[in-house]
Amino acid sequence: MTELRSLLQKKIQSGEKLLSIYLTAGFPDAEATLPLLQALAEGGADFIELGVPFSDPLADGPVIQAASTQALAAGMSVEKALQLCDRFTGEHELPVLLMGYANPFMKFGWQRLAEQAQQARVAGMIIPDLPPEESETVQETLRAAGISLVFLASPNTSEARIRLIDRLCDAFVYAVSVTGVTGARDSLPAQTTEFLQRLRSLTEHPVLVGFGVSSAATARSLVAHADGVIIGSSVIELIRTAPGLDAACERVHAFVREIKTAIS
Amino acid sequence: MQTIRPASSLPDAQGKFGRFGGKFVPEILIPAVSELEQAYEEARSDAGFQTELRELLREYAGRPNPLTHAERLSEHAGGAQIYLKREDLNHTGAHKINNVLGQLLLAKRMGKKRIIAETGAGQHGVATATVAARFGMECIVYMGEEDTVRQRLNVFRMQLLGARVVPVTTGSRTLKDAVNEAIRDWVTNVETTFYCIGSVVGPHPYPMIVRDFQKIIGEETRQQFLERHGRLPEAVVACVGGGSNAMGMFYPFLEDEDVQLFGVEAGGRGPQPGEHAATLSAGEPGILHGALSYLIQTGDGQIGEVHSVSAGLDYPGVGPEHAWLKETGRVEYTSVNDAEALEGMKLLSRTEGIIPALESAHAVYFAAKLAGRMAGEQAVVICLSGRGDKDMETVAALLAGEGEHD
Repeated sequence: MTELRSLLQKKIQSGEKLLSIYLTAGFPDAEATLPLLQALAEGGADFIELGVPFSDPLADGPVIQAASTQALAAGMSVEKALQLCDRFTGEHELPVLLMGYANPFMKFGWQRLAEQAQQARVAGMIIPDLPPEESETVQETLRAAGISLVFLASPNTSEARIRLIDRLCDAFVYAVSVTGVTGARDSLPAQTTEFLQRLRSLTEHPVLVGFGVSSAATARSLVAHADGVIIGSSVIELIRTAPGLDAACERVHAFVREIKTAIS
Repeated sequence: MQTIRPASSLPDAQGKFGRFGGKFVPEILIPAVSELEQAYEEARSDAGFQTELRELLREYAGRPNPLTHAERLSEHAGGAQIYLKREDLNHTGAHKINNVLGQLLLAKRMGKKRIIAETGAGQHGVATATVAARFGMECIVYMGEEDTVRQRLNVFRMQLLGARVVPVTTGSRTLKDAVNEAIRDWVTNVETTFYCIGSVVGPHPYPMIVRDFQKIIGEETRQQFLERHGRLPEAVVACVGGGSNAMGMFYPFLEDEDVQLFGVEAGGRGPQPGEHAATLSAGEPGILHGALSYLIQTGDGQIGEVHSVSAGLDYPGVGPEHAWLKETGRVEYTSVNDAEALEGMKLLSRTEGIIPALESAHAVYFAAKLAGRMAGEQAVVICLSGRGDKDMETVAALLAGEGEHD
């Protein structure tokens, strides 16, 4: 069992519902990331997905696209994201996962990535354009460094593939709530519940649901059928519209606290 | 000279050409690419499908098109005889229609009535809008905002054909961003929508499907040349952006070892980063738009900026089968810059009375140089992938800048 898995397991067994927050590294600039991570931790996030920006994020909606573009313009890279992660995990217990597209990681080198991510105490990785059929050697490389590779399942994923994902899983299954790109939605379709029920009937692994989760009410209704929720675009939007870094930290702190309370 | 057919057996079951290709897509798209793969396997062996496609290619697209002997261009080159495969004479003026007829026939068979496409120069968008109109399907075309300006006549053509053109304002506002946006649409509307991709790029099975629908170019060329000369040409030349006309032309010649194959990329304004789109010549392996292939990228693995005078070659990736053909050495890839491409356009216009697309003009320029180094009894075939009408505004502005008025 990986470290991430046992951490999640402990919380789930004590009856807690989990909250994971996605934050684009280097958005709005590199100096903002550590204070924002601190605010997320103090607000009550259970773990963090630190986004490594990519020029062509084809699974993301406009909010995360724009954040990625801005972070890249400010000089963010795989190497710098790893440094930020190292500094944060040196002072906090909170697990951090890296989320990003395959090409920047491949260019960095999978072996080098595994080594440096291990040094930076990265708990896991989420790579949306690396489905199970393309990830065998990557998963082996990461696993050897104690890092979980998290796979996604979506409402149109077949039973056979859910079983495949279940077999490969060593931390949690990332359930994509709707067919679409990332981004806040006012409500989620009834099929989301159906999908989560189907998913949970096919896997013993923890299920966290993301894509489109934006409010405390949505989060609360989702955790009836999942072990936790993942929120990204809403947090990015709060940061983007804040008048400064201090205000951004206050807002995300309050938002995280509100969601965590709602799902508890 | 026939040998065992190693090339035609690819891609393998994982959609790989050697280490290239594959399905690097979000989980949401896995069912869609699997459904497409299955539908295509069935259609490929269905005589009814093949007959309908052949008839559309003949009666609607105007195939077979000629293999024209370019006598005055050959004389100018001063060496081998040059022949032109006339894809410019197809309905809509380029090779793109071959692929679109095949894919939309497949969409019809799959019961999908909403068609999305990306376009750079607008030729694939126009071909998709055309066939969608012919089949009575809804059509949405994503086009980089910069390209909607460069190619505004094609935007109007698509609208006249009943398609909705969506200008893409993200990233570099060109072809790669149009592909991103089309994929995002596909992810969102995956149950109802067929993504008609315009080149031999994207996740498996697209590179295979597009190649198979384009290989009629090479099949006709091979047969036409054989019938006329009783042998094969010594060299075949095609331009490469994503690489669909080249793949369609090269594929039937892959086992003819005595036929040299040349792919010509866009050298742009020069070899500096951001100034060209010579992906195979100057890029390195990476993952973009669902496949592992060669890419123009930065040291941090971000997709690099590219430039070409021709909007259709202005793409930082290339089809995975080309990456494989480069690594195996079967095809030689080279590049021709903007100024040389313009030279190629003028040369063909003035020697043969045929105005090529700027994309094809890259191949013309290289082929004329190549022919000059070859013997008079030898032959070079150029894939003339499209006609130049769409480029007249661009070229007029460039030539005015050179102070040329003759």
